[in-house]
Amino acid sequence: MTFIGKSVKRVEDQRFLTGKGRYTDDIVLPGMTYAYILRSPYAHAKILSINTSKAEAMDGVVKIFTGKDIAAAGINGVPCGWQVNFKNGDTMKEPPHPLLVADKARYAGDGVAMIIAESKEAARDAADMVDVEYEELDAVTNAADAVADGKPLVHDDAPNNMCFDWELGNPIDEVNAAMSAADHITSLEFTNQRVIPNAMEPRAAIGQYEDHSGKYTLHTTSQNPHLTRLLMCAFVLGVPEHKVRVVAPDVGGGFGSKIFHYAEEALVIWASKQLNRPVKWTSDRSEAFLTDAHGRDHISKAEMGFDKDGNILALRVKTHANLGAYLSTFAPCVPTWLHGTLLQGLYTTPKINVDVTGVFTHTTPVDAYRGAGRPEATYLLERLLDKAALEMKRDPAELRLQNFIPAFDGVKEEGYMTQVALQYDSGNYHGVLERALEMVGYEDFRKEQAAARDEGRLLGIGFSTYIEACGIAPSAVVGALGARAGLYESAQVRVQPTGKVSVYSGSHSHGQGHETTFAQVVADKLGIPLEDVEIVHGDSEAVAFGMGTYGSRSLAVGGSAIVRSIEKVLEKGAQIAAHKLEANPEDLEYAGGKWTVKGTDKSVAFGDVALTAYVPHDYPQGLEPGMDFSSFYDPANFTYPFGAHIAIVEVDKDTGKVSLKRFIAVDDVGNVINPMIVDGQIHGGLAQGIGQALFEGAIYDEYGQLTNGSYMDYTMPRADDLPSFEVDRQVTPCPHNPLGVKGAGEAGCIGSTPAVVNAVMDALAPFGIKDLEMPMTPERVWRTMNS
Amino acid sequence: MAKVELIVNGQSVEKEVEDRTLLAQFLRDTLQLTGTHVGCDTSSCGACTILVDGKAVKSCTILAVQADGSHIKTIEGMATNGALHPLQEGFKEEHGLQCGFCTPGMIMTAADLLSHNNDPSEQEIREALEGNFCRCTGYHNIVRSIQHAAKKIRSGEAAVSA
Amino acid sequence: MIPTGFTYHRASSLKEALDLLNTHDDAKLLAGGHSLIPALKLRLNQPAHLIDISRLDDLKGIKEEGGTLVIGAGVTHGEIAHSDLVKEKVAMLAEAADLIGDVQVRNVGTIGGSLAHADPAADWPALMLAAEAEITVLGPNGSRSISAEDFFTGFYETALGEDEVLTSIRIPIPPAGTSTSYQKFMQPASRFAIVGCAAMITRTNGTCDRVRVAFTGVADKAYRAKGIEDALTGKAYDTGNIEAAVSSAAEGVDVMSDHFASEEYRSHLARVYARKALSAAS
Repeated sequence: MTFIGKSVKRVEDQRFLTGKGRYTDDIVLPGMTYAYILRSPYAHAKILSINTSKAEAMDGVVKIFTGKDIAAAGINGVPCGWQVNFKNGDTMKEPPHPLLVADKARYAGDGVAMIIAESKEAARDAADMVDVEYEELDAVTNAADAVADGKPLVHDDAPNNMCFDWELGNPIDEVNAAMSAADHITSLEFTNQRVIPNAMEPRAAIGQYEDHSGKYTLHTTSQNPHLTRLLMCAFVLGVPEHKVRVVAPDVGGGFGSKIFHYAEEALVIWASKQLNRPVKWTSDRSEAFLTDAHGRDHISKAEMGFDKDGNILALRVKTHANLGAYLSTFAPCVPTWLHGTLLQGLYTTPKINVDVTGVFTHTTPVDAYRGAGRPEATYLLERLLDKAALEMKRDPAELRLQNFIPAFDGVKEEGYMTQVALQYDSGNYHGVLERALEMVGYEDFRKEQAAARDEGRLLGIGFSTYIEACGIAPSAVVGALGARAGLYESAQVRVQPTGKVSVYSGSHSHGQGHETTFAQVVADKLGIPLEDVEIVHGDSEAVAFGMGTYGSRSLAVGGSAIVRSIEKVLEKGAQIAAHKLEANPEDLEYAGGKWTVKGTDKSVAFGDVALTAYVPHDYPQGLEPGMDFSSFYDPANFTYPFGAHIAIVEVDKDTGKVSLKRFIAVDDVGNVINPMIVDGQIHGGLAQGIGQALFEGAIYDEYGQLTNGSYMDYTMPRADDLPSFEVDRQVTPCPHNPLGVKGAGEAGCIGSTPAVVNAVMDALAPFGIKDLEMPMTPERVWRTMNS
Repeated sequence: MAKVELIVNGQSVEKEVEDRTLLAQFLRDTLQLTGTHVGCDTSSCGACTILVDGKAVKSCTILAVQADGSHIKTIEGMATNGALHPLQEGFKEEHGLQCGFCTPGMIMTAADLLSHNNDPSEQEIREALEGNFCRCTGYHNIVRSIQHAAKKIRSGEAAVSA
Repeated sequence: MIPTGFTYHRASSLKEALDLLNTHDDAKLLAGGHSLIPALKLRLNQPAHLIDISRLDDLKGIKEEGGTLVIGAGVTHGEIAHSDLVKEKVAMLAEAADLIGDVQVRNVGTIGGSLAHADPAADWPALMLAAEAEITVLGPNGSRSISAEDFFTGFYETALGEDEVLTSIRIPIPPAGTSTSYQKFMQPASRFAIVGCAAMITRTNGTCDRVRVAFTGVADKAYRAKGIEDALTGKAYDTGNIEAAVSSAAEGVDVMSDHFASEEYRSHLARVYARKALSAAS
């Protein structure tokens, strides 16, 4: 293969490196107006009155809309795309999520009015003159607190702020019985803290209505333009889907936060029709902190039972998941089906029960953030394993190796059926940990650590082995689990008459390098030069349909759809080639960009066949002209990447500051198309996961104010906070998709967090410390050493 | 309103702007040089970094009118006659960018560094980037990209055009 | 983020700057702008007039004048960090300058602007106090000199009058046998100081003749730690004496508390960083 498996340099880089990337905020349309959203400064408040008259009289102000205007226009709120019902069968509580609130604000940042002006300056200035009278109410921000009786309610029709409760795994009685038979139980109560995604490009949206055609165009910073169009048209605005084009041009990172359909998208589209002028809204960073969906925020209690030899017998988990003030697009699925289902981890645990309560609070909505549920599951398991090793005086690496599921390839050996609804596709879990141990030089490190301890230095090593469910996902399966969408992907391969190939993919690229990786696949499968392939994505007018990019699904699902279309191209091509070569299609073989009659030197090139398809003068009878195929690929199963991560840290005794010395990651993401890009994905994920362990975390005060909503207070990992990473790979192909790929986008973020935390705990072991919350800030570490 | 005269990427420009216009806004909105990005409102992220008279500056924290008379270089001015600057080439070769949003600022900051140190250590590079956030790469390949460019510059194949 | 509207004036001389300050109510001086412009963008500050003094030659330059190091108010942090004269005469100033903000901030932000802003977590105030700097300001009635001790009057408050311009900083060049250090524990997000400690020690034959220690970040304004100074003066420069002296680092001040450092932890860090600074000034 010429391209697959090679570190081909990215074709998209040229525009980004020369300042020619085209992001939403770069776009200026004729007659464009600018919107500023005035937001509630209170987490919970009645809106007593809004007076816009002074603002409306200001120069340059075009129009101001309030929540009342939106309600009067009959516009629905933003919908939720996943339903998780109560255990007793009651329907999930799904309160309205208005584009702008009319009566009550439910989190600090809830939109109250949209000011539209001739310039962003005028819109911003006018916002200061809108008079809103609030009556501030008590707020609740912590999910475990919010369910208690008598707490302030976020929504009147959700008693105890409960959205749903949910259970998965073995019956609780069986798990309790297994737990009571255990020789050792390790338990952990912890918060997997709320983090803020912080894609570097703030969100933006431009609505454009053309009265001559009755068509709308939305430019938006989205990971999935088609889904945004579907939700906005069918559920929010009630405008016909075929009259709306959604374009997600270059998008500056997403990490989950740009999956969801946001109120601002519908607002600018609706307002553009009211004004008959384009309307652009661009988020400030401060606004992004308040309004981009946040991630994580679980409060959990977990117990793991072991027999006397250290074999895991049972796992019991109870989690309160903070959903924020409203249900974001995929919110209910994250703490349930993307979290509970991963609690088997890499282990043979025979009995597992997980119980999750989804809770409303007066905070920014919470949804998928890189890894989404799987980092929370991995953190829980991997902290338990390290803590158990410490308590049972076992080596943490050995304890894992002892409990790992044995290797299986998913072809000769069947996939592994877990206790929590999944069947793993293929795995070799011992392989990745053994390789990581070799890379770190485990025995030598333990000697170094002992010597350092003698000198009063605190070195620590931490392990994390993870599995994730990616390649999301078989539609029928997710439908049964409450998804209100299918999770297939589409791809159209259009062979042009000259043999050049345009590929239209529903997988959006916002940093992942699809324009390169997908082109490598196409160029190899067709045996044509890479530059003859163009990947088109992010435009609902160009691409038939798409479910978008998240859940490490692009290559496994979107890439598979491309392969299916290429197969169709080659099948038709063979018929045309056979006609030209006066042979039977079954006597031909395709290689090196040409069809050859087996055993002869008679051949016809791909380009000749393409031209013939469009100039069908001498052509197989009954065959349609043209060469253009679409496929919708619905995966047979999730894919299950896995890996082993090891962190080495040093803790400064004086200050509690943690320095990350080394980070080793051995990941198995199945087959790899572009190793350079996969490594890049791992690196970025590692930094985000390390960020959660050491630096990041939203802090709400008792009034529901986000008190660290800026880069002056929310610590982003910087270049000098991180070491160079040591990464390696193992390859266990996925047995059920045509490329054998599993997905690499989230792996780094899922595996790294517990490795760092475990390393800090190992460093602090001489102090007898077993638990410490994230982020492991200097003061937190110092306090625990001195308590 | 104020008159602003600048040399931007070698071209003279003269415009009337509101006094409060930030240089970043001026470049993006008035000159349509949208390669300079704005990623925050606290002068932290560095996406808006450009060179003002050869020095890396956060263009979101300086008024357009303050820069009057300066020589400005933005990412759009880094390539010469279609040939990428060693830093641009380094970022491509070493996969120093993913979504591309922080990239222009990273390159401009790195240009300042390499203009006075063409053989920086990894630690020096990491410290020089403390005012530039990247959420995609974990900085690993950005460091290598700058090392790549520095090596090329040292080998004399290209001069730093900072 | 868009500031409220204002009128921009570029002063062509110090006199013009003073005249503009006098003529316009609600005017602010603009030097590097790296404290002011972020505040304007967040609309925390909404002046009607900005008077740009960043181009005034009178505010530029670092020079030695008869035993005094004179730093123009318009000198950038970066210029101080790279100044050979500063490194030779009062090394801690260059050391500290290199820890301010980031490269881009140091390229533009000025020492005068930072001092006038008087952020309680900014680095310069501690250095000014430890170095016993004199801050020269020019007003309608001419020039006056304010000792650093008198200059910082409170939380974002200084002795600089509304009609005055900070023009230079005069630092007595310490005698031979003096060593200095600035040690900083950074707030990880903003990289301002949670604790910044400047130390200056003059020694004869291993005995501390003169000790100056000052902190920033710890209290609502920077302060001299006279307890440490007194405890160490006249004593041998050794680990034991340093350790004993630093115990009073955060005594007598109201120690600040925030997400990153509680009062207790900050006080502890003040002791740790005093020890580091005193030990490094060897």
